[in-house]
Amino acid sequence: MSTAVRTSQWLTPTAWQNLFRDRPLIPLIGLLIVLVGIIQVAQPGIVGLPWAGVILRASVPLAILAGCQVLTMLTGGIDLSVGAVASMAGFVTATFVNSPGGVPLGIAVALAAAALAGLVNGIGVGVFRVHPLIMTIGMSFVVLGLANVWQLQMVQTGAGVPGVLRTLGSGTVLEVVPNSLVVFVPMMLLILLGLRRSGFGRLLYAIGDNPVAARLSGARAWQVLIVLYVISALLAAIAGLLISGLTNTASVSLADTSLLPSVAAAVIGGTSILGGRGGFGGAIVGALILTVLAALLTVLGLPEPTRQVLFGSIIIVVAAAYTRVTGEA
Amino acid sequence: MTNATATMNRVASLGADVRRNAWTLGLLAFLVVLLVFTKVIQPGYGPIAAQGLGTSVLPLALAAVAQAIVVIAGGIDLSIGSMMALTSVVSATLMKGQSEEFGVAVVVGVLLLGVVLGAVNGGLVVITRVPDIVVTLAMSFVWAGFALLVRAAPGGGAALWLKDLVIGPIGNEWIPRAAIAMVVVVAIIWIPVVRSRLGLSIYAIGSNQLAAFRSGVPVGRTKLAAYVLTGLCAALAGLSLTASTGIGTPVPGPYTLMSVAAVVLGGVSLAGGRGGVFGPIVAVVVLQMIRTDMTFLNVNTNLAVVAQGVILIGVLMFGSLFELRRARA
Repeated sequence: MSTAVRTSQWLTPTAWQNLFRDRPLIPLIGLLIVLVGIIQVAQPGIVGLPWAGVILRASVPLAILAGCQVLTMLTGGIDLSVGAVASMAGFVTATFVNSPGGVPLGIAVALAAAALAGLVNGIGVGVFRVHPLIMTIGMSFVVLGLANVWQLQMVQTGAGVPGVLRTLGSGTVLEVVPNSLVVFVPMMLLILLGLRRSGFGRLLYAIGDNPVAARLSGARAWQVLIVLYVISALLAAIAGLLISGLTNTASVSLADTSLLPSVAAAVIGGTSILGGRGGFGGAIVGALILTVLAALLTVLGLPEPTRQVLFGSIIIVVAAAYTRVTGEA
Repeated sequence: MTNATATMNRVASLGADVRRNAWTLGLLAFLVVLLVFTKVIQPGYGPIAAQGLGTSVLPLALAAVAQAIVVIAGGIDLSIGSMMALTSVVSATLMKGQSEEFGVAVVVGVLLLGVVLGAVNGGLVVITRVPDIVVTLAMSFVWAGFALLVRAAPGGGAALWLKDLVIGPIGNEWIPRAAIAMVVVVAIIWIPVVRSRLGLSIYAIGSNQLAAFRSGVPVGRTKLAAYVLTGLCAALAGLSLTASTGIGTPVPGPYTLMSVAAVVLGGVSLAGGRGGVFGPIVAVVVLQMIRTDMTFLNVNTNLAVVAQGVILIGVLMFGSLFELRRARA
């Protein structure tokens, strides 16, 4: 009797809604599998281990950037400076290739510059209460401009993407497992556990869900926000290093095209732009979905413009589905 | 006695007007200082430069007006740059090699296209209840994709009369035609709206959607109308791009983020319900003048980009610090 009742409950729309709301990863992974299935049908034999490796490799930087958006969106913010910071990090490191300090110095300088940008973002958002959207847009102008100035200074010394980054960003083990997972997996575990288990992670949710309640409970939002935006900028810088290694190019606008997809991946992954709801796991699947989708549209032979149109439409459909089933934005 | 009271009332209401528009007036004063400063450092700054200034700021000024309307209504439109690209390539492609009269039909058609684009954006926001920023972010891909479908590379042409509307002086050689075009647009679109019931509704839903709803304001319809107006202004901005460059470019320029920056600098609150379109227009001119001055001072153009970002962040930090102080007092 009870099993019968449970079965019928599974079939009700409410049960489906609950599934979507409580376990958003399940339908997302379902969507991912469907997309992979369509690719397999469209071009039989393409899906295999090497293909999965390529997809994974392309998804890693996007997933990291989506992580920046998830963390900031949990507090009701957003970080639109990640594109500029990521490009800057890749570019600055490349300019140090022929210098005495070499690549380690370059990476250190890039990370320090990124942390500084994040610090200013955090102070602006946390202390001065500037809207995160506009604060990070302004910061992206500053970072881009300074990177350009740096470019003019360094143009004589010659630059190239260091071999280490190329190996890390585009190399694979046995032509399947991308080397970038060495960076990504520890980072992923840290973020996932940090959000779930650490006080800092819980504070992010608390501040985004109800800032007043968080303040009355003794949370110092400004301290949290400063640390948060520094973390976000550092993640963006690491993603930028991987992107420059993946594409074997270093330019001051390299990662700009990843900015909007990073927001899209976070949104598809179930993170609310209004704060308080979401997680990194969904964003990783979101980044995979976007990468597979791009691959699918390429396989179908669609030209770039059509891909963009479909890309935008799918983001809206997924976001609308979320809003419908969860009853909130 | 009554006379004295009337005068006092007039003075008081003037005072209220000044206080309400303090931000815009301050910006205007700053612009005047900048103009004087420009004339001092570059005595050769003459009518030709003023005309050039008018023509070059017009697209961004119109984009800022477009963004201001939707932000006042409590939304945001991240697809303005893409809508400009789409309307610009459509107009340039249709006008190439055609008669001047046909150009009139094209302009009317493109303005209607802008209305449709805005209606789609607004309709999706209202129907799906997905946050504005997500919907318009996704639509920015869609409109940019359509722009590339219309024309893969920059090209096309513009009717002579359209170019004449925005290039060159009118009456006095110091008055750019672009400035007159801007005034006409504001007079035809913004002033009637702001004085009507619709204008009141737009401010109402922007400042407190729930209160507006309970007071009987049709929230959905008003939001849709705001997006339609934004689409119309974005189409005007796209036409001005075609007119000032003589061609259509399918890749969106930096107009989306710059328009958000200009709107906030112009005293429009991103939370909605406050500000107007004059502030953003002045802010656009100020930003461009700062760039011009830095060129005259032989400052690296990339540092000019940095300066724009620093000014944006700095002004906002002090602006919100001022607000915080006042809120506490």
